[in-house]
Amino acid sequence: MKPFDYVRPATVQAAVAAAAEPGAVYLAAGTNLLDLMKGGVSRPNRLVDVSHLPDLDRIEELADGGVRIGALVRNADLARDLSFARRFPAVAEALLSGASAQLRNAATVGGNLLQRTRCAYFYDTASACNKRDPGAGCDARFGDNRQHAVLGWSESCIATHPSDFCVPLVALDAVVEIEGEAGRREIPLENFHRLPGDTPQRESMLEPGEMIVALRLPAAAAQFAAHARYLKIRDRTSYAFAVVSAAAALRIAGGAIAEARLALGGVALKPWRAREAEAILNGARADAALFDRAAQSALAAAKPSGGNGFKIELARRIVKRALTLAAAGTPERMPALPASPFAAVSGEVIHA
Amino acid sequence: MSVPTTLTVNGVKRTIEIDDPRVTLLDLLREHLHLTGTKKGCDRGQCGACTVIVDGRRINSCLALAISHDGAEVLTIEGVAQSGAQGGRLHPVQEAFIAHDGLQCGFCTPGQIMSAIAVIQEGEAGDDPERVREAMSGNLCRCGAYQGITEAVLEAQKALGAASVRKVA
Repeated sequence: MKPFDYVRPATVQAAVAAAAEPGAVYLAAGTNLLDLMKGGVSRPNRLVDVSHLPDLDRIEELADGGVRIGALVRNADLARDLSFARRFPAVAEALLSGASAQLRNAATVGGNLLQRTRCAYFYDTASACNKRDPGAGCDARFGDNRQHAVLGWSESCIATHPSDFCVPLVALDAVVEIEGEAGRREIPLENFHRLPGDTPQRESMLEPGEMIVALRLPAAAAQFAAHARYLKIRDRTSYAFAVVSAAAALRIAGGAIAEARLALGGVALKPWRAREAEAILNGARADAALFDRAAQSALAAAKPSGGNGFKIELARRIVKRALTLAAAGTPERMPALPASPFAAVSGEVIHA
Repeated sequence: MSVPTTLTVNGVKRTIEIDDPRVTLLDLLREHLHLTGTKKGCDRGQCGACTVIVDGRRINSCLALAISHDGAEVLTIEGVAQSGAQGGRLHPVQEAFIAHDGLQCGFCTPGQIMSAIAVIQEGEAGDDPERVREAMSGNLCRCGAYQGITEAVLEAQKALGAASVRKVA
């Protein structure tokens, strides 16, 4: 690991000032950053330790019915907050399906948004990677790429965004609060992560030195609480990143879907909101044929970036299953295996 | 530059001069405090061998910078058994791991036991083996002693439950 200078500012303003220097990065729990630094993938000159900053570890109910989650709230604490989990069950399920209990106890909300792709070529400094070394090329493009993107990718980069948490957040219109030298601003999470284009090294809308201070969910996001699921296919039962995942949230009134939200994970370099599929679902009666059409629509623009064509059909199936399970109702208790698609739904054949 | 960092490790307050901010909590425990019970497996947060309990929460000590944990309370495998004039007594989780063969080579065991103690404290798994397995999924065992580990966690939980009932009575 390259040596670095360590600073621990006492306020957000001091942190932003300390991070303005080129080569400076923020340190929260460090569960991703330290891994990247040990591998020589990240080589910062300075760590600005924000993990001790006051007031950023709160979950606040807002007057308008929304909720504001401080950037330093730990993943496990958010998932275990009963009031939060009751109102936003798909978010809690996504959190609990990610990483391991040890990592969830440390990893923060802000860090989850800023975690880097797990593309093996990005991690391997002997491989060409446009994200790590702009202009170097992309060894994943014709490499071992079964896990890579099927939506929104470019010839420069076919990596995926690894977060589970961000998938239901994008579906539920989460907003990111950002502090920088120019002051406070906010941006919808859906627009926060960038698709690769020709500049895969630019991963988010953050300007150098800017810091995430909080995440907000609007009051309307809680209206889906009775019919909200996050489902995730993994290469092993637990403690693995998504091959593909989907968050489905339905507001059902009078036997029809009044409003639907749908987003996919593991398919692109950002959590992927499927707005056209939502439009198909809105106002319709929930049934298998409808969910099929929504799933077809959600993946209509998908194309393989290598040996990963199977992910397109797998993503359609996980979308259909997430919608089916959401329509069946949010479970009373968090499933033993959160986000597992293999639990039976009463009256449903799993592998039709 | 040397920065004094104070940690309470297994109940004992320790001040360590950290002369390089790259030192992880794992390396601090093993190399500076010579508490080598906590194991370095992958050193990248994938195996759980380095699991310790910091301020009441289990974490991977390999992915924690020691300098960032100034003031923390750390519990390691060395601190879980009761000491006593007659040699003391193992922690009920340690006893259960022995009784159920929850190990073979033993390398992952300190991390498994720290994680198991935390699982029982978290109190979310209940007596459902599937929930126990999910809660323990951050601890890999390459010998494959998972069945014994799950049984040990369930039995230790029962024993600890009985002990806390006795204490109250």
